[in-house]
Amino acid sequence: MLLRTAWRRAAAAVRAAPGPRSEAPARGLRLRVVDNAPQSAVPSDTATAPDVESVLRPLYMDVQATTPLDPRVLDAMLPYLVNYYGNPHSRTHAYGWESEAAMERARQQVASLIGADPREIIFTSGATESNNIAVKELEAAIQPDTSLVSVMTVNNEIGVKQPIAEIGQICSSRRVYFHTDAAQAVGKIPLDVNDMKIDLMSISGHKIYGPKGVGAIYIRRRPRVRVEALQSGGGQERGMRSGTVPTPLVVGLGAACEVAQQEMEYDHKWISKLAERLTKKIMNSLPDVVMNGDPEHHYPGCINLSFAYVEGESLLMALKDVALSSGSACTSASLEPSYVLRAIGTDEDLAHSSIRFGIGRFTTEEEVDYTVEKCIHHVKRLREMSPLWEMVQDGIDLKSIKWTQH
Amino acid sequence: MAASSRAQVLDLYRAMLRESKHFSAYNYRTYAVRRIRDAFRENKNVKDPVEIQTLVNKAKRDLEIIRRQVHIGQLYSTDKLIIENQEKPRT
Repeated sequence: MLLRTAWRRAAAAVRAAPGPRSEAPARGLRLRVVDNAPQSAVPSDTATAPDVESVLRPLYMDVQATTPLDPRVLDAMLPYLVNYYGNPHSRTHAYGWESEAAMERARQQVASLIGADPREIIFTSGATESNNIAVKELEAAIQPDTSLVSVMTVNNEIGVKQPIAEIGQICSSRRVYFHTDAAQAVGKIPLDVNDMKIDLMSISGHKIYGPKGVGAIYIRRRPRVRVEALQSGGGQERGMRSGTVPTPLVVGLGAACEVAQQEMEYDHKWISKLAERLTKKIMNSLPDVVMNGDPEHHYPGCINLSFAYVEGESLLMALKDVALSSGSACTSASLEPSYVLRAIGTDEDLAHSSIRFGIGRFTTEEEVDYTVEKCIHHVKRLREMSPLWEMVQDGIDLKSIKWTQH
Repeated sequence: MAASSRAQVLDLYRAMLRESKHFSAYNYRTYAVRRIRDAFRENKNVKDPVEIQTLVNKAKRDLEIIRRQVHIGQLYSTDKLIIENQEKPRT
């Protein structure tokens, strides 16, 4: 009887501590302590956590930068990180064969998502490498009548969707190669390389809830698109990209593609609903907010808003409990405003006031509501402090002001 | 084995929801609960027994994935999100 009580108490204690805390080093960045204890941004082995529950992580609203792994993807990858560790190019034993089978299964999953043949998919380290291969291809095959058109399918700063099918049609009729960087579009909007007459496509794993460090390039076989290898070595991936294919990563990419294919419609509905909620609430509560990007040809999960008379960086810093990004100068190391915003004709002062909200598969209504509430609060507060805003309220036209030279 | 009965499907539904509520990551937890509810609701009028069995088999595999991933998430759990203190942990 005594033993059972002791056991029950011990079991309750284990359940109460959901994981190693004060003993193990803090992995996450301790950004905020609610009870105003001295803050440290450095994970410390020796400092004892003042009160575990009082350190809180920000909401993640920056899916254009990267996405979390879908649990289904991690589940597919783990066996290849634990027991099935063979090199997929080893031809002489079961470790190699099972790894190769997984790699080819992943290839089929990627191909299926974009309407391609598996032989047209080459695994790379990511969309950037794929882009480089595609553009290098131009240098290799350049002749008077060939060139390359390269267009992003969905822009990562403002979410605009390019008319890919129309561009593909034009390129095909003029015998010009058509490459698209589909990193932000794959698995989110329907893509078919044959319907859209795409010759080359770059795919990124970590934008579609897959692992970082892996991607793929789609290279059309019919009619054949010639590509020159960036990386030479053992001739893997049909000689187009030497190097041992990282089975766990490509399995993750394949699983991410398969999940995306199944969930595309459901995710799109959910993300559209949340995007409309976010935009409507902000626009209805604040004046002088501009949404950047064509509202009709727009992927809903990427919302770029400019808040006039508020500096983007100061708003980002004020929204410290939400992980966001801005399209403005200060995030890039130069002082130039975002080239995308400039290209669509945004005034420079508005370009410095832009914030990008990313909504993804795992975003909740509560996260959107919290973000909206904080955003409205801080925009109002920052505008109160802004002399420009005061002048506008007094009816002064800022464009008529002659600022003194200095 | 007889085709899945309504009771078995409901048991599976409850088991999946129950397990999903143990995800320590807020975003995984809320997604799983929402997705399971919507998926079962969407398929509630399926009549073809073969299709029902296929869906049930997939759900069983998904339940195993949830079990494993919940466990892994708990082993590597970290601090809660800023909004977890304010709202009920129900969703």
